[in-house]
Amino acid sequence: MTVPAHRDASGVHEATCKAYLDRFAAKRAELPGAGLPWLDAWRERAIERFAEHGFPSPRLEEWKFTNLSKLAETVFEPIPSAANGISREDLGGYRLEGASDHLLVFVNGRLRPDLSDTGAPGEGVTVTGLSRALEDDAEAVEESLIGAGDPSAGERASALGQLNAAFMGDGAVIRVAANAQPERPVHLLFLAHADKEPAGMHPRNLIHAGEGAKLTVIESYVGLSDGPYWTNAVTHVTAEKGAAIQHFKFQAEGAGAFHIAATDVDLHENAAYTSFVMSLGGILARNEIRARYNGEGVHCALKGVSLARGRQHLDTTTRVDHLMPSGVTDETYKGIVDDRARSVFRGKIRVAPGAQKTNAYQLNQNLLLSDRAQADSKPELEIFADDVKCGHGSTVGDIDAEALFYLRARGLEEREARTLLIEAFLGQLIDDIEIGPVRAMAREAFTGWLAGLDG
Amino acid sequence: MAVSSETLETVRSVTGGEYKYGFVTDIESDFAPRGLNEDIVRFISAKKEEPDWLLQWRLKAYRFWTGLEHEEPKWSKVQHPPIDFQDAYYYAAPKEAKDGPKSLDEVDPELLRTYEKLGIPLREQEVLAGVAVDAVFDSISVATTYKEKLAELGIVFCPFSEAVKEHPDLVQKYLGSVVPYSDNFYATLNSAVFSDGSFVYIPPGVRCPMELSTYFRINAANTGQFERTLIIADRDSYVSYLEGCTAPMRDENQLHAAVVELVTHDNAEIKYATIQNWYPGDKDGKGGIYNFVTKRGACRGRNSKISWTQVETGSAITWKYPSVILQGDNSIGEFYSVAVTNNYQQADTGTKMIHIGKNTRSTIISKGISAGHGQNTYRGLVRVMPKAKGARNYTQCDSLLIGDSCGGHTVPYIEVRNPTARVEHEASASKISDDQLFYCRQRGLDLEDAVSVIVNGFCKEVFQKLPMEFAVEAQKLLDVSLEGSVG
Repeated sequence: MTVPAHRDASGVHEATCKAYLDRFAAKRAELPGAGLPWLDAWRERAIERFAEHGFPSPRLEEWKFTNLSKLAETVFEPIPSAANGISREDLGGYRLEGASDHLLVFVNGRLRPDLSDTGAPGEGVTVTGLSRALEDDAEAVEESLIGAGDPSAGERASALGQLNAAFMGDGAVIRVAANAQPERPVHLLFLAHADKEPAGMHPRNLIHAGEGAKLTVIESYVGLSDGPYWTNAVTHVTAEKGAAIQHFKFQAEGAGAFHIAATDVDLHENAAYTSFVMSLGGILARNEIRARYNGEGVHCALKGVSLARGRQHLDTTTRVDHLMPSGVTDETYKGIVDDRARSVFRGKIRVAPGAQKTNAYQLNQNLLLSDRAQADSKPELEIFADDVKCGHGSTVGDIDAEALFYLRARGLEEREARTLLIEAFLGQLIDDIEIGPVRAMAREAFTGWLAGLDG
Repeated sequence: MAVSSETLETVRSVTGGEYKYGFVTDIESDFAPRGLNEDIVRFISAKKEEPDWLLQWRLKAYRFWTGLEHEEPKWSKVQHPPIDFQDAYYYAAPKEAKDGPKSLDEVDPELLRTYEKLGIPLREQEVLAGVAVDAVFDSISVATTYKEKLAELGIVFCPFSEAVKEHPDLVQKYLGSVVPYSDNFYATLNSAVFSDGSFVYIPPGVRCPMELSTYFRINAANTGQFERTLIIADRDSYVSYLEGCTAPMRDENQLHAAVVELVTHDNAEIKYATIQNWYPGDKDGKGGIYNFVTKRGACRGRNSKISWTQVETGSAITWKYPSVILQGDNSIGEFYSVAVTNNYQQADTGTKMIHIGKNTRSTIISKGISAGHGQNTYRGLVRVMPKAKGARNYTQCDSLLIGDSCGGHTVPYIEVRNPTARVEHEASASKISDDQLFYCRQRGLDLEDAVSVIVNGFCKEVFQKLPMEFAVEAQKLLDVSLEGSVG
């Protein structure tokens, strides 16, 4: 018997939800910014909304392909204990070439000033930890968090965003003044070392680029342990008029990790936003980007690669709202899926009435390498204007037998030939990264992944 | 603003075009009481002198439907006020002589005149084009032509209710085997109260020599129309089936919830073509048919093929996903669709291709045209199951947007569970390009003709799949739908 999809759409995991409520009641006074009336009220509202909706179930269209029941089985300690024994020397491998980045290191969700670079990455730029910002300049944080309106408010699908708001620990606050252009990219490195207990990290990052400003920001998530832990990240990005932001993300969580990340992007007139996401860690990961074009002439490029093997489940979800005319969206996501892994793509582009001269394209391509690999793809266009050029493409397939034969006929061994073709499948996306040291980092990660292919 | 005021003017005149086929034939209907309950289901079944197993099946469906607590599917993009299912008649039959008409002479002349107005000269069609017509007026089939000729070949082509009496084994074997009574809200409702429809059986090795055709027509006010069609192509057989419909003008919304089931065995092929031109409502969105249809085919046998072609220009709301379950190895599923929404029409249509067998192939070509305040959604699923080695799908969905108040949406689901599959999906959405218009006009076409040429070109791939007579009608319909403006 089929039950209509809209019935009983909320998650069932009452025990886990109750545990989080209890943790919240017990620990709320220890959370960053506790005692600020607006923040206490904000957290309170968030935990109530979370309790109301629970974990999103696959019956919700937004979560149709990604089942969170495994995540909801465990209570991940929302205020994890600190991990010791990490020194500056250990960080070399995670930095950009020649340490050309301005690094902020978070361990188990908390900023570690002793491991991070001090000062500013350039003139007109401030970089602080969120809990520090709540002490120093709570009003500015309030404005960013609440002034802009909580974009996740009221949406059932973002119950996890509410949980993040309730337990929001640390994160980065980056502000670039108008027309400032810091030379060094800001690198946020989130290290998880969670051997003792299943830890739950709820980082929240606030990134703001003023008029005409330029910023490059890198988010890295690295697991130092293979046990289960959960990163539940929320990032707000705002680009004012004419600002340009390049945003890179490397998701290399530990083998047992859950990674759920939502990035809300607000773009104003003639702003440009480039996102590149490389997703290869975790047992279940979802990277969600929600972009809104609040002014004319926004240019947005969303790119990403997912490399899934074992029993990994890697989900890419995007939603782009063309609210104003002349916006350009260029979206390409590629997935390589091996073993019993699964790659999911859900992308929606909505063109609001009046958003004429919109030019939007989304492409999703998946390469399946094994019999048990799965790919799901749901590109979606919702168009309420006529003078637009919109399209999408989606493909799923394995390695082209003819291409393989071509290479073998020229003397390459099967393994070599396959690797070459796999590399060619998404090499271009990596080559297109403009910033050399970041490109090198992506290339290295990809090469490392390829080396792990069997036969 | 990109669209010239001239184009908008033309669109307005399209929307202003009156529905050509709006008239009501006055025939005394034999109604079941208003509303729906178990007694009505029993009434319908008794009225049609059905065997007990069929009554039981209807009742099972009815009980399941009540269990659904009247929760209609809400996932589609269509919007309408809640339907009061108790405020409709579930059975209406045209009055007739007790034993049914033996020939056309016995058919109610009023009915014949209705068909004439629709441009289906029943008598002429006996001579013309080799088309046999099983005409459905409201719910009861009134006349069937060419039946004897088909009978010689062992082909069964008759009203569903007759098939229940004459071929109960076949009906019992296949009814609900593709669309089970529990399938979805509207299919379940249909299973409980279906009135009549067509039944086709093509025996092994027979190639049906003519196009089989049925004209559906909703006539009596407030009568839900619940057609049930079942077509079986036994091994090595072939049939092409045409379905077309027009409906008289009404102010109240009418519900149409049909179910069509197709089954093909080894090496068999069914081509199913639809022209749907139910009353779309007036230019303010008042009235019009709700067309909530479940159509599904099962390619059971090896090398079998099912092809759906549809031209959807009518109905206030269309909710319809003709699908193919590709069970047999090497089987083929096709879906070719043109959907037009104008004024306040809404269409949420597409297909499902479920690849189960090895080397199964599917092609989806969907063309959506939105004008006025029309909302047109393509919603489709391509699913490749783990055993569907070598499965292949190609999907192309194009939307044409005319005017800045309409909407065109594309919602494809692609689920692949086998690495040897190749699945490709492409979609585009745009308005008629100024360059194309300029090119045509520069060569002397006026705006209207230019738009017509471009729109017809946009739909060409689909029209090519229609049998010739239908292709002509389809182009006419498109011109009428976008009359004086876009084509």
